[in-house]
Amino acid sequence: MSSIGTGYDLSVTTFSPDGRVFQIEYAAKAVDNSGTVVGIKCKDGIVLGVEKLITSKMMLPGSNRRIHAVHRHSGMAVAGLAADGRQIVARAKSEATNYESVYGEPIPVKELAERVASYVHLCTLYWWLRPFGSGVILGGYDRDGPQLYMVEPSGVSYRYFGAAIGKGRQAAKTEIEKLKLSEMTCRQGVIEVAKIIYGVHDEAKDKAFELEMSWVCDESNRQHQKVNNEISQDLLYIHAKS
Amino acid sequence: MDVSTGDIDAPHSMGTTIIGVTYNGGVVLGADSRTSTGMYVANRASDKITKLTDNVYLCRSGSAADSQIVSDYVRYFLHQHTIQLGQPSTVKVAANLVRLLSYNNKNMLQTGLIIGGWDKYEGGKIYGIPLGGTILEQPFAIGGSGSSYLYGFFDQAWKEGMTQEEAEQLVVKAVSLAIARDGASGGVVRTVTINSEGVTRKFYPCDKLPLWHEELEPQNSLLDILSAGIPDPMVS
Repeated sequence: MSSIGTGYDLSVTTFSPDGRVFQIEYAAKAVDNSGTVVGIKCKDGIVLGVEKLITSKMMLPGSNRRIHAVHRHSGMAVAGLAADGRQIVARAKSEATNYESVYGEPIPVKELAERVASYVHLCTLYWWLRPFGSGVILGGYDRDGPQLYMVEPSGVSYRYFGAAIGKGRQAAKTEIEKLKLSEMTCRQGVIEVAKIIYGVHDEAKDKAFELEMSWVCDESNRQHQKVNNEISQDLLYIHAKS
Repeated sequence: MDVSTGDIDAPHSMGTTIIGVTYNGGVVLGADSRTSTGMYVANRASDKITKLTDNVYLCRSGSAADSQIVSDYVRYFLHQHTIQLGQPSTVKVAANLVRLLSYNNKNMLQTGLIIGGWDKYEGGKIYGIPLGGTILEQPFAIGGSGSSYLYGFFDQAWKEGMTQEEAEQLVVKAVSLAIARDGASGGVVRTVTINSEGVTRKFYPCDKLPLWHEELEPQNSLLDILSAGIPDPMVS
């Protein structure tokens, strides 16, 4: 869907005659062209997964992380421009610690998502700022249970039980819809997310990739934890078999 | 509750008894009603139990002005917080906001507070926030000048998992004991019970309170005592 703005796309503070802000749409393109990021809400927690495309063979595995812990109880997976994503994560971390120091309890995930979305939206309001070229999937476990939110470069944030952004999002969403998430535990969810990421990876276009995953669930004591690569090795095997 | 206006060198009188007690299903807050300025009783029927939100109340002791301003600020912050969150604040959040104000302004404030309330996550909770701004979650809390006389009483009378009636009776008995011994506490006993169903305010005037030891029954006139024909109570 490439439409030329023809003059209405030069600034984020300009609307087009049909009511669109093109700069925000172009920012979303940056997210669409990045590696796939997937998040699902299982019955006992959240699983996040990232298809991390490796640009250079000399990169150390495990570096350039795309999933970050925002607080003890929540984590964020970023897609799009990595540097922009880092800023969003930094802001989320700051909001979370600030909330806890004022209110004395960990920030509810809903509140965190609203604050992150507010911040991302802020950068679409001024001509001297550009919109963030990254979208995030935020998963957390608070007193109201596990919750999954997605924040787009426009500043829009919705709560999901399954979300995907990046190159393979269409295929990933189809796969997620087939899953019976309300009956699945996170242990099973981790396998499913890895399968989806391996499934949507395009061998022809992008050669190497690294699978990065994390979870927050009852088994991890409601803390956000990185999921070990031993599991990924098993899945490589499962995937090769299928 | 205010600073003594008579002798400047006289010790400050906290002039209160405040209590907060958890029971099986909620909390009961209780207080006396005397506001004293030195020897003078400024208000004999004051209400020391203040509402912060629908489900969280605050017992105030110490300086009246300081405790009022703290409760006003916290009510304002909690109101905003409720709107942001889209659901009632928890007792813990209310207590934390009170604690931050108490601690950060400890040089200027002189107020001991007891927060009590009910929320759907933790049930009934009591938090004590004494002078310096410590926050302590307790199954029961006592404060004010009258509380000195209640430490031993509570050690003996407190039990885990009381019913609402038991808790209310315990609070009323305790406040009336403190009123009997503490000159700066007096008047009526007010209680506020908070649970999942809501908030109930109760009022116990002097004649409804138990009498202790040498206290006389309330009489309308001394002539009634004399004409009662019983041995003269004024002579042992």
